[in-house]
Amino acid sequence: MLDTLLSPMLLFFALGAAAALARSDLALPEQIAKGISIYLMLAIGFKGGVNLVEQPISLDIAYALLAGVGLSFGLPYLAFASLRIGSNLSSLDAAAVAGHYGSISMVTFITAMQTLTSLGIDFDGYMIAVAAAMEAPAIISALLLAQRYAGTSTRRKGLWREVFLNGSIVLLIGAFAIGMITGEDGMVRLAPLIVAPFQGLLCLFLLDMGVITGRNLRQARSVLTLPMLAFGVYMPIMAALIAAAFAWLLGMSVGNAMLFIVLAASASYIVVPAAMRLALPKANPAVYLSLAMGVTFPLNLSVGIPLWLALAELLQ
Amino acid sequence: MEWHNRKKLEIIIEAPLLGDVLEIFDTHGVTGYTVLPALQGRGHDGVWSRDASIGSAGKMLVVMCILSETRLDRVMPPLKALIAEQIGMLTLSDVKVMRPEHF
Repeated sequence: MLDTLLSPMLLFFALGAAAALARSDLALPEQIAKGISIYLMLAIGFKGGVNLVEQPISLDIAYALLAGVGLSFGLPYLAFASLRIGSNLSSLDAAAVAGHYGSISMVTFITAMQTLTSLGIDFDGYMIAVAAAMEAPAIISALLLAQRYAGTSTRRKGLWREVFLNGSIVLLIGAFAIGMITGEDGMVRLAPLIVAPFQGLLCLFLLDMGVITGRNLRQARSVLTLPMLAFGVYMPIMAALIAAAFAWLLGMSVGNAMLFIVLAASASYIVVPAAMRLALPKANPAVYLSLAMGVTFPLNLSVGIPLWLALAELLQ
Repeated sequence: MEWHNRKKLEIIIEAPLLGDVLEIFDTHGVTGYTVLPALQGRGHDGVWSRDASIGSAGKMLVVMCILSETRLDRVMPPLKALIAEQIGMLTLSDVKVMRPEHF
């Protein structure tokens, strides 16, 4: 556990967060951060595609995809009920927050994959497809919750284009397909770009994410009440336990189970917030961005990843 | 030099809504607009900053548009409907332009 907490990735993340909390002007230029995020999506998508063609086709892939989509649909209902019972958040804000907690954080997922790689623990490439499949269903659940409990009409032109044609998703799925088409030969050609520099660039990206998280943490103090802060901590734990049960039922390996748990325990802060601004404009963005980015993201990245790995190991 | 009267519409809008705003402009033949990124500010709900956000949500943009009064009358109803529930601001001012055929 200490090894994971003292990895360069987490230490750079902590450095960024500490710098932002101390109001340092440390920041990565926006376009460089965007460029690195494109690189990370390309690299993990491609590696996942190559890995998938090396494996025999099995029903495990379909089961994992179904379980992921099911969790993404279902977790917002649990999140919504928890928020309505445990906090004074309105139905509309609770529905918007709930959507974030059914979707995923790709950066947490990538960091978890890199942690597994560093520890020599195998996982399957199709988990990347599971991650992509878990982005959107939670948005549908959030909109249904808002419609039913807040009486909000959520028909909005351009919403699904924003969700399904989001640049990150297009690149991830596209690179995954290219990896499948080119296979090991493609990997040999691209290895100098997508293997060796990967961890260093991930550290640089996490430094920037740390800075953004630190800024959100500062905002969280003024926006979130104690019950909301508590939700940002206990919701990932509940989601992780449910995902662990699914992983156990499906007989997932340690690596796959850990990634599945990470996906369930993480919350979206890119795709879902943009969708919520379009579909539920009256919901307060400061609440869901502060919770997902300022509370759950750093929690998952620091103590979450080693904990979810320990949980996955317990299942075996 | 001869100057001509036109209207300047300035909209501060959430980044995810940009496509909708530009679609309204394009539908009504508005040809003179510029989009600028907004760095940070303070509004009705407090301080916001581009640096505290990673996706498009939380980022604000400024759309500056010069147009004739006739086109203004056409774009205002859909624009008002679009931003009614969103974070943002819409201001209108009188300006003078040198090349009226462009707007």
